[in-house]
Amino acid sequence: MFATPSILRMFAHPAGSAAAGTTSTGKPPVLKVGKKPGSEIKVSNLNVSIGNNHILKNIDLEIPNNKITCIIGPSGCGKSTLLKTINRLIDDSEKVKVNGEIIIDGENIYGKRVEVTHIRRKMGLLSQRPIPLPMSIFDNITFGCKLHGVRNKKQLKQIVEENLRAAGLWDEVKDRLHAPASSLSIGQQQRLCLARGLAIKPQFILGDESTSALDPISSRHIENLFVKLKEKYGVVLVTHTLRQALRIADYVVFIYLGEVVESGPAKELFNAPKHELTKQYLSGVFS
Amino acid sequence: MKLKFVEERIFNLLMVLATLVVFGFFASIIWTIARTGFPSLTWEMVSQLPGGGFYLGKDGGILNAIAGSLMIVFASTLLGLAISIPIVFYINVYLKKASRLAYFARLSFDVLFGIPSIVYGAFAFTIMIFFGLKTSLLGGIIVITLLIIPIFVRSMDEVAKSVSKDLLDAAYSLGATKLESCGVVLRQIAPGIATATLLSVGRAIGDAAGVLFTAGFTDNIPTALNEPAATLPLSVFFQLSSPIPEVRERAYAAALLLTIIVLVLSVTGRLVTGRFSKNRIK
Ligand SMILES: Nc1ncnc2c1ncn2[C@@H]1O[C@H](COP(=O)(O)OP(=O)(O)O)[C@@H](O)[C@H]1O
Ligand SMILES: [Mg+2]
Repeated sequence: MFATPSILRMFAHPAGSAAAGTTSTGKPPVLKVGKKPGSEIKVSNLNVSIGNNHILKNIDLEIPNNKITCIIGPSGCGKSTLLKTINRLIDDSEKVKVNGEIIIDGENIYGKRVEVTHIRRKMGLLSQRPIPLPMSIFDNITFGCKLHGVRNKKQLKQIVEENLRAAGLWDEVKDRLHAPASSLSIGQQQRLCLARGLAIKPQFILGDESTSALDPISSRHIENLFVKLKEKYGVVLVTHTLRQALRIADYVVFIYLGEVVESGPAKELFNAPKHELTKQYLSGVFS
Repeated sequence: MKLKFVEERIFNLLMVLATLVVFGFFASIIWTIARTGFPSLTWEMVSQLPGGGFYLGKDGGILNAIAGSLMIVFASTLLGLAISIPIVFYINVYLKKASRLAYFARLSFDVLFGIPSIVYGAFAFTIMIFFGLKTSLLGGIIVITLLIIPIFVRSMDEVAKSVSKDLLDAAYSLGATKLESCGVVLRQIAPGIATATLLSVGRAIGDAAGVLFTAGFTDNIPTALNEPAATLPLSVFFQLSSPIPEVRERAYAAALLLTIIVLVLSVTGRLVTGRFSKNRIK
């Protein structure tokens, strides 16, 4: 399926690429509901450097849809950089060089004629600290949709309710939708940011240590949401708490000093790590 | 232990003293102006143009200067905002942190900030002579705009600089373009823009040297951009240099009026700023 030159798919809409998933004979694709063909993230031979600092080295990865993939590794090993490379937030860093391919929906997101906003819409990002936008709760959710052309008031209201429900925040804020987002607690703000990300109908949720700034209850809440959300989205989480990865990961990627040391299904990697470094990291020799 | 306690008390006292000195100056300025000017601050003074012989102590008022000042301040504040906001966004959103252009832009605005307004006035005057222009409302507006742009840019820049990169990233990751992300930053720095506007208005309305050669002076309210315009600070200046005591009292009345206008603008500005801060993310 990926054999199609990516240039042909450059402008392929998600719907268009779904069509591309069927064979030319018109045989219906054998797919689970909600799973779109080609919406895995395929990273090949990725190298990222900032200035003279070679941060990511020869990364090869396939991140599946409808699964939780946890990226683990000691701090400073390049986990955040990898995540930022996946949604091209890295573009704004100074002196950054990205080589290699990241293919999403059959399209190399570092291809020449790719629109960066189009790539970013496919991913909802949840950062370490909740960063609500300086506006009301309601406007936080609708901000992204409005950018992408949704104007209808009724539709916007519906989107707000739907996504606040999905993020488990609706009951807490339904009576004060027009209050400033900054009036929410940190845990609520993080769920608001999640709802805001979901409202742009992404295919992937990216989380960069998204629970590390939260209290244990909010943190567990967000974790449970991730588990629920994987039915509809691919979830990629950077975490440096191994226990969290143990609880929710389907796949695990272990990065050390910018290289993928080992990756695979969570059970295998945790129970029978192949690489010596992984063994040491998992047993807490370093962290 | 004991020594620390004494030290604490001494510095505490110094801080209180410093604050009191400033308050003292403020109060005595107000008192001086008000005591001399208040008796002359009549309705006639604010509602009438100077009559014949006004500068010799006869009847009339300073409506010409009030109107001229307000026109110049209003227009140059709008112009200043329209020019400064794009500059601030360009430096803070479009240019990267270590950009050399941003560095030089900031440096230039720092220098411009420190240039006295008489230099702006003289500069504009030379240009006006070159083009054969006479003193006019437009000349005053332009020179005051130039004067307040550095104030606008530097005070908004300080606020924009402190906006976290994460906020921009949040907007970008929702698929916003740089321009659309500027909208988010604009909401975040709205209180800063309001403060910058207050500072600029204060400077603009009180500046005499800038408008001296450029706006000129007249006893009428300008009805077109190419007519000269009177301003409050010049009105104060001219009346204060009069040998006639009654006219000098009117100078204080004009100064009092100027102070009241600035005060009213500042207080309303503060109130409005409070409302702008509502959605700001700390
Ligand atoms: N903008 C940058 N400029 C220079 N070096 C950077 C930049 N961002 C990250 N780095 C470096 O890249 C490495 C990986 O950082 P990061 O991806 O944040 O690690 P992690 O998220 O795993 O803790 C670190 O050594 C860090 O110092
Ligand atoms: Mg990190």
